[in-house]
Amino acid sequence: MDRMPAWADVVLIPLISLILAAILSALAILAIGESPAEAFYLMVDGALMRSSGWGYTLYYATNFIFTGLAVSVAFHAKLFNIGGEGQAALGGLGVALACLYIPWPHWSLALLGSAVGAAAFGALWALIPAYLQAKRGSHIVITTIMFNFIAAALLNYLLVNVLRPVGAMEPASASFAAATHLPTFQSMFSSEGNTLFRGSPANITFFIALIACVFVWLLIWRSKLGYEIRSQGYSESGAKYAGISPSRIIIIAMLISGALSGMMGVNATQGAAGRLILNSAEGAGFIGIAVALMGRNHPFGVLLASLLFGFLYQGGAELAMWTSIPRELIIVIQALVILFTGALDNMVRWPLEALFARLRKKEA
Amino acid sequence: MDLNTILQVLDSTVRLGTPLLLMCLAGLFSERAGIVDIGLEGKALVAAFFSAAIAYSTGSLMLGLLAGILSSLVLSLIHGVASITFRGNQLISGVALNFLASGLTVLIAQDWFGQGGRTPSLGDVRFHELTLPFAEALRPVPVIGPIYYDLISGHSILVYVAFLCVPVTWWVLYRTRFGLRLRAVGENPAAVDTAGISVVRLRFSAIIIAGVLCGLAGSYLATALQAGFVKEMTAGRGYIALAALIFAKWRPWYALSATMLFGLLQAVALRYQNIDLGGFIIPVQFMNALPYILTIVILAGFVGAANPPRAGGDPYVKER
Repeated sequence: MDRMPAWADVVLIPLISLILAAILSALAILAIGESPAEAFYLMVDGALMRSSGWGYTLYYATNFIFTGLAVSVAFHAKLFNIGGEGQAALGGLGVALACLYIPWPHWSLALLGSAVGAAAFGALWALIPAYLQAKRGSHIVITTIMFNFIAAALLNYLLVNVLRPVGAMEPASASFAAATHLPTFQSMFSSEGNTLFRGSPANITFFIALIACVFVWLLIWRSKLGYEIRSQGYSESGAKYAGISPSRIIIIAMLISGALSGMMGVNATQGAAGRLILNSAEGAGFIGIAVALMGRNHPFGVLLASLLFGFLYQGGAELAMWTSIPRELIIVIQALVILFTGALDNMVRWPLEALFARLRKKEA
Repeated sequence: MDLNTILQVLDSTVRLGTPLLLMCLAGLFSERAGIVDIGLEGKALVAAFFSAAIAYSTGSLMLGLLAGILSSLVLSLIHGVASITFRGNQLISGVALNFLASGLTVLIAQDWFGQGGRTPSLGDVRFHELTLPFAEALRPVPVIGPIYYDLISGHSILVYVAFLCVPVTWWVLYRTRFGLRLRAVGENPAAVDTAGISVVRLRFSAIIIAGVLCGLAGSYLATALQAGFVKEMTAGRGYIALAALIFAKWRPWYALSATMLFGLLQAVALRYQNIDLGGFIIPVQFMNALPYILTIVILAGFVGAANPPRAGGDPYVKER
């Protein structure tokens, strides 16, 4: 079958998939007796019309950029890292340990230290599944799912038995020292008499996420390692023939992926919560899958998809507050996006390919 | 520990192992036909919701069970269309279906019942425990009596159905033509196709069987084990069943022992919380994570290799 023009592959297919997901979501809203147009208006109003709404949207987007990049780096090596949730949880643990046990003099140093902790712990949590895939051939999807559950149990244990302050009821660590608090958008962008991003959790980590996008782009398309990762993903036997060791690439790609997932902890645990809480990853590890699929595994696409999902998350919270639509609507939308852009890709692609082939025939 | 305690733990092992067993057999049919199914969790979850919701609304347990199975089948067919018809990624489709189930059940439950994503309690409309013949009469007999009365008798009909599914699965897979073809299509679909047998039809049949079994598992959770649906009530059981499937090396009788082992772990964790081994305390979180840790150990190859069906996960493209 003839190839489609590149723009159709990159823009048209995700757009059509997104429209299909949106139509089904609108039908779901109609079915529970609410107006889709009104719901959409409420979401836009709550997420984009005020700077505090943007503060939440960008906060969520920051989480999703990290986990989305993590999934897409693994995808480039043809690995499906479904363990972002566990890696992000461990990243949060790394952040908490760095913030709790090291007396940082200034937030900038604390940020450096916690970023190292987050990346190291996230990468470590990806290492064992990566090793098992590389050396034992055990499927990375199964092992990373298992590691999500093991991570949840581990954090539950640590928060209940080790990190919880004496006398506290809630399974959460002590609050971090004031010196580790990251500058929020409110403190960075507000001027005298004009408070912006009031009370919202967006913080300086957003810019680190943007840097991570550039880093991943450089890594995948402008470095030798990235070339090797892509070759491995395209054809393992071809890469092997070219002298690229598959197990080395699997392990390196998964370490980078795990580190990126873990970095989410800087935003959620240090930037927003100021302490380690149970379920600190808030499902963002899984949204990373939707974000990577929608963003076509390109950092710029991941950025756009993350902003979209940040909008959906914040808008969904607004909906839950003002209407009878529960927050779970967002999970449905997320499922539909994964379904259409991931699993049912060919449903959109094949008719389009046929259409373009016919157009080309007419021209000829 | 006396006989009574042991019997109680084993009794709850059977109760907790049953949904795992049903989902594990569902995964077995699907994966033996070459369709990887990580959507077991989602299918059981929708089945749990719809069985409870319909049983509550109509007052009929059978209609509830039917609704549970049908809803699970719908997800199965979406999985089939995505992974067989459109040759999509089976893993991604499974992930999507799990999220779809987790979101939709709460969305619909909230709309129908307005109780924060749960159904009202079913009260008396649920599967009751059966007392097998002679159970009362045999009860006074030492050892055998209590074992028969407490452990073997006194479960809901779905438990017996689940246990019956094990020999039936074995028989279907290893003693029928359909089973031979099913196993073949998971190992080498091209060979099956060459023999003039439809790969697509075989794989869809496998997926439908998986849908029915997951439907039973979900209905069991909401209308037998508990009386009503609560948000996320499958609680990762679909993934434990997936782990058990690897543990069982994709074989029916091993599936029974693997799921009962994992059921036992859950029963012990539920009963004892933190276990004190003479000063050394095993935390309850460790017991909860043990099925997953054991699966990793198996996958690492310390207890023999677990080789999945060879064509698992690959869409079949007919030669042109």
